[in-house]
Amino acid sequence: MLKVSGIETYYGKIQALKGISLEVNEGQVVTLLGANGAGKTTTMKTISGLLKPKLGKVEFLGEDITGLRPDQLLRKGIALVPEGRAILSSMSVYENLEMGAYHRKDNEIKKDIESVMAQFPILEERREQLGGTLSGGQQQMLAIARALLSKPKLLLLDEPSMGLAPLIVADIFKLIREIKNNGTTVLLVEQNAKQALKVADYGYVMETGKVIFNGEAKDLLEDPRIVEAYLGKRASTVESVRS
Amino acid sequence: MLIEQLINGITLGSIYAIVALGFTLVFGVLGIINMAHGEIFMIGAFIGVVTTSVLGLPLWIAFIAAIGVTAALGYLLERIALRPLRGKQGVSHLAPLISTIGVSIILENLSHHLFGAGNQPFRNAFADIQFQIGSITVYLVQILIFVISIALMLTLSFWLSKTKAGKALRATAENLETASLLGVNTKRTITTTVIIASAMGGIAGILVGMAFNSVNPQMGLSMGLKGLAIIILGGMGNVKGAMAGGLLLGVAETGIVAYGDSGYRDAVAFITIIFILLLRPQGLFGKKTAEAGR
Repeated sequence: MLKVSGIETYYGKIQALKGISLEVNEGQVVTLLGANGAGKTTTMKTISGLLKPKLGKVEFLGEDITGLRPDQLLRKGIALVPEGRAILSSMSVYENLEMGAYHRKDNEIKKDIESVMAQFPILEERREQLGGTLSGGQQQMLAIARALLSKPKLLLLDEPSMGLAPLIVADIFKLIREIKNNGTTVLLVEQNAKQALKVADYGYVMETGKVIFNGEAKDLLEDPRIVEAYLGKRASTVESVRS
Repeated sequence: MLIEQLINGITLGSIYAIVALGFTLVFGVLGIINMAHGEIFMIGAFIGVVTTSVLGLPLWIAFIAAIGVTAALGYLLERIALRPLRGKQGVSHLAPLISTIGVSIILENLSHHLFGAGNQPFRNAFADIQFQIGSITVYLVQILIFVISIALMLTLSFWLSKTKAGKALRATAENLETASLLGVNTKRTITTTVIIASAMGGIAGILVGMAFNSVNPQMGLSMGLKGLAIIILGGMGNVKGAMAGGLLLGVAETGIVAYGDSGYRDAVAFITIIFILLLRPQGLFGKKTAEAGR
């Protein structure tokens, strides 16, 4: 579905991506792991059109989409929930959700917003409140709900669990599972490697702008190099994900 | 006397509010002060003079012509003076400010060239129609200016809060990147914003012509500075602040002329700014922890 080949992205003269290639197949959850500064967010920004690669190619559903703008990519079915959630803090929860469906022209928008509210009762409760007044976890729910209202074929999630309490993190991963079960393909960037690999089908591990390993998520979970570097030594004794 | 002065103040203030709205919309979305806004307003006033006094056409045609010309100027301003500087590496954030100053100089000189440096009379058929309510005299022109301004403000508020395009503008003003991720063509939204802001300046130009019956090429500068004062007073990028600040300044200025010394008229705006900034640095309606829009 998504095929990234050899992208190199720069911030000014600094090269952040040194030839990233990855593939996401339809219906899969693919996760992108790595330490801070590895280039995960840059990869997401390049795929979603916020940054343009100097070299390389991004293909989506067989079409070359390299260098298109984010609004054009959203129309093609790629939605990004960026790091830090990007809630419109001076707009109400309801207006945030409406903005999620901004590019749609069908008559189902109101109905879809209501069903999203039914799925996230906290958003219903706060529908008239300004986005900026929500807690971190609620903002993340709102950001994901908003992205889903654009009816994406591919959802890019950049660190959805960042800065959230463990209980909320569990909710977020549960939500990612539901999204997958509903047939939406997900590319997930996470610091929380263990939980990410548990929900994912396939994983890529990045370091300083390059992919250093990739493989089936269940294999990566047991790969000693990954366990050592990203899951921590006591990883095997950590409680499994609440679901 | 007091009520008449109040009516004068509100009339003037509602024009200020329209000018300030043009500033605040552009500031909200682009984060820059459009120094050419005052001159676009002045061009709007001259279009009014040409249509009504020179060509002898009715006032409503003057409005349409001014909106058309100033909207086109807004489009050109965005395409020629603003867009080429946006998002380029190494371009100072002050560059667009300077290029709008350049546009303002060009427009002022252009109107010198076309219309001469002096005052041009702005005639309209009903300038002298007045109503007597008790001891108060109200001119039809004042009512008209007030009604048009209020209608414009209500339309703008409705458009911003209820329509899709208005919400896209607000999203773009809050965060350009987020808006584009939500599917907003931010380039188009920015162009639309500059066009709407400029057209509002053009409308304000005609309203000033109606109120003072005279127009000159220098009027853009003082109106521009006052507009700037109002958005600082009301809170940068804040729509309600621009409206309230405009009315406040209009009433304050008229009050000074009537009860104080008319020589200080133009100083009022700037003295008010100093006081407001001392007491409420974020402006009347500004948020305390105002995050930079972009």
